[in-house]
Amino acid sequence: MVSEHLTSSEGRPLALDEASRARERQFWLSLYEQMLTIRLFEEQVNELYMSAKMPGLAHLYSGEEAVAVGVCAALRRDDYITSTHRGHGHCLAKGAAVDRMFAELLGKQPGYCRGKGGSMHIADQESGNLGANAIVGGSAGIATGAALSCKRRGSGQVVVCFFGDGALGQGLLYEAMNMAALWQLPVIYVCENNLYNEYTPNRETTAGDMLARPRAFGIHTEEVDGQDVRAVYAAAVRLVERARRGEGPAYLQCNTYRFYGHHVGDIQRSYYRSREEEEWWKAQRDPLKLLGSWLREQGLAEDSHFAEIERRVRAMIEAGVRFALEAPYPDPQEVAQHVYA
Amino acid sequence: MSMPSASSAASAPQVPQAPEGWREITLGQAIREALAEEMRRDPRILLLGEDVAEAGNPFKVLSGLVEEFGPERVIDTPISEAGFTGIGVGLAMTGMRPVVDIMFGDFLTLAMDQIVNQAAKVHYMSGGKLKVPLVVRTTLGATRRSAAQHSQSLHAWFSHIPGLKVVLPSTPYDAKGLLKTAIRDDNPVLFFEDKMMYQLKGLVPEGEYTIPFGVADIKREGSDLTIVATSSMVQVALAAATELEQLGISAEVIDPRTTSPLDKQTLIESAKKTSRVIVVDEGYQSYGVTAEIAAVISEGAFYYLDAPVKRLGALDVPVPFSPVLEDLTVPTPAAVVEMAKTLCGRA
Ligand SMILES: Cc1ncc(C[n+]2csc(CCOP(=O)(O)OP(=O)(O)O)c2C)c(N)n1
Ligand SMILES: [Mg+2]
Repeated sequence: MVSEHLTSSEGRPLALDEASRARERQFWLSLYEQMLTIRLFEEQVNELYMSAKMPGLAHLYSGEEAVAVGVCAALRRDDYITSTHRGHGHCLAKGAAVDRMFAELLGKQPGYCRGKGGSMHIADQESGNLGANAIVGGSAGIATGAALSCKRRGSGQVVVCFFGDGALGQGLLYEAMNMAALWQLPVIYVCENNLYNEYTPNRETTAGDMLARPRAFGIHTEEVDGQDVRAVYAAAVRLVERARRGEGPAYLQCNTYRFYGHHVGDIQRSYYRSREEEEWWKAQRDPLKLLGSWLREQGLAEDSHFAEIERRVRAMIEAGVRFALEAPYPDPQEVAQHVYA
Repeated sequence: MSMPSASSAASAPQVPQAPEGWREITLGQAIREALAEEMRRDPRILLLGEDVAEAGNPFKVLSGLVEEFGPERVIDTPISEAGFTGIGVGLAMTGMRPVVDIMFGDFLTLAMDQIVNQAAKVHYMSGGKLKVPLVVRTTLGATRRSAAQHSQSLHAWFSHIPGLKVVLPSTPYDAKGLLKTAIRDDNPVLFFEDKMMYQLKGLVPEGEYTIPFGVADIKREGSDLTIVATSSMVQVALAAATELEQLGISAEVIDPRTTSPLDKQTLIESAKKTSRVIVVDEGYQSYGVTAEIAAVISEGAFYYLDAPVKRLGALDVPVPFSPVLEDLTVPTPAAVVEMAKTLCGRA
């Protein structure tokens, strides 16, 4: 993936020749489109839940799009990721298709896991997604093992382990990071710090300096504004290239915020976070708005570009939902398949 | 308080008027009442777990407790199951009476060493000098569309470990009385609540009562067939028994209420009376609770049985997400009825 894109946080328009401008426009609009895809996908998931068309619950990624999109833009298709209970954004950013995602969420046969996984377990080997995980911190070992495998196979692949700030409570993460540092593995631990572990602010669950934890293992550690996709991308490119060069693991904390509740059913939130706080993040720190205004300021994109993208994404989402609603359920006999390989 | 009449009242489908001094409450409320009453009685009791305070845990079972007892006694922890369960063991060994909340029974795997290698063995290894009065409250049960890592019923694992007690309430009445006993017990107790049953209503008396461990409850009397059922499967067995009655088959439904200790005598007596037994449990069928109970009955009532003891557990697969598949993994009243008809030569 190209790493020379404009990622400086300066607002002033940059002097570029036409070819570079076209390249920049195309690149950043494609990231915008991916973020919008996640945003509208999640809105549709919420709809499906509200209208009782989706079984179970889902944890929406809205508000955090810049993290998955910025990080995955720095990856090759054959690089691996591991994801979390809040995983739809990671899956889409790594290359999953919306129709098969929706189908999985509805428990339908054409879903990524033939309806067996559901929202919290989407895996897609073709796009390098080793799977979402409903156990907090549960993929720290898997990601690190995949990184050892990349190293042994000399494949040049790297692994990104996404997890929430809540996973800092799990011992497994520290055991895995210790080994990654000892063995100089090509893994990047991406902490999505959205300030809450479910319904508890992380200042009540996390002692000391969060970043001091990976640093204690000698892991290269950075912190980034997770709402600014350009900043996330720039950091991810640096860390991915380090890892690919064999310089070992890295840790990237992305400071972010979820716009919805912990899951779709979490409607009454005032006892753990204020309406004002939510409104502030949505108004001031929306990753789509931030990238959109930068593109406008730079004169790289205008209303017509955004309108065209939105039209395209909405059409894709609509078609995806229709596909999923019409798709068949798995055959009952599949229940006993895939227990053993 | 007379137990059998109380519980048969609790499990009766239609009760026009609650008897004097009894109220109808949900299983979730029964749990909360037991905790609140015990915490008022004994200041050594502490609650620990994820989102147990203001959030009242994700199932809202603990709502109001932090308001009454404060954050010193209702403690929100980080997402550190091994850590806070271990802290529970240490609290218990030094004079406190902790109740630890493991949100989904699936997460017990993360605390396994602390429960199995530490809590279960401390009393024995210390030659009886130390004890661990710890309660681990957790959940079991599928059909919530929560997929493979949030749906398991893992109570058999703990029933297998000497030193642990395992409780499986199936009604609000049982839940309240058994939880009080668990808290007062000097041993580590695993207390499994069916997450799909928190809204189940039943009659519970106003006053104080406890239910001893190791005493099965006859939820319904019958003469042709015994259905032994645990936790979530008691309602399934009762529904099956109602259907069987239409077919002229009289089924007795027995709930052991605790798998460790197990009330072997009541199970064996019923088997001797009816000569046919089905055991239903939501854990996996292979190597599960149904196997142990079937073996106990086969040994104890061998000469009285007309047929081998039949078992019905969860299908031996990770719980799938898709509703059309998930529903196939859990025993249903229809499956119990079919099995009963075959067993009674009526298929
Ligand atoms: C081991 C484990 N414990 C508890 C849970 C229940 N749970 C699901 S999500 C969650 C909070 C996770 O917080 P965080 O890691 O910050 O992710 P976020 O939801 O904020 O994205 C909890 C406690 C779980 N899934 N796994
Ligand atoms: Mg979080």
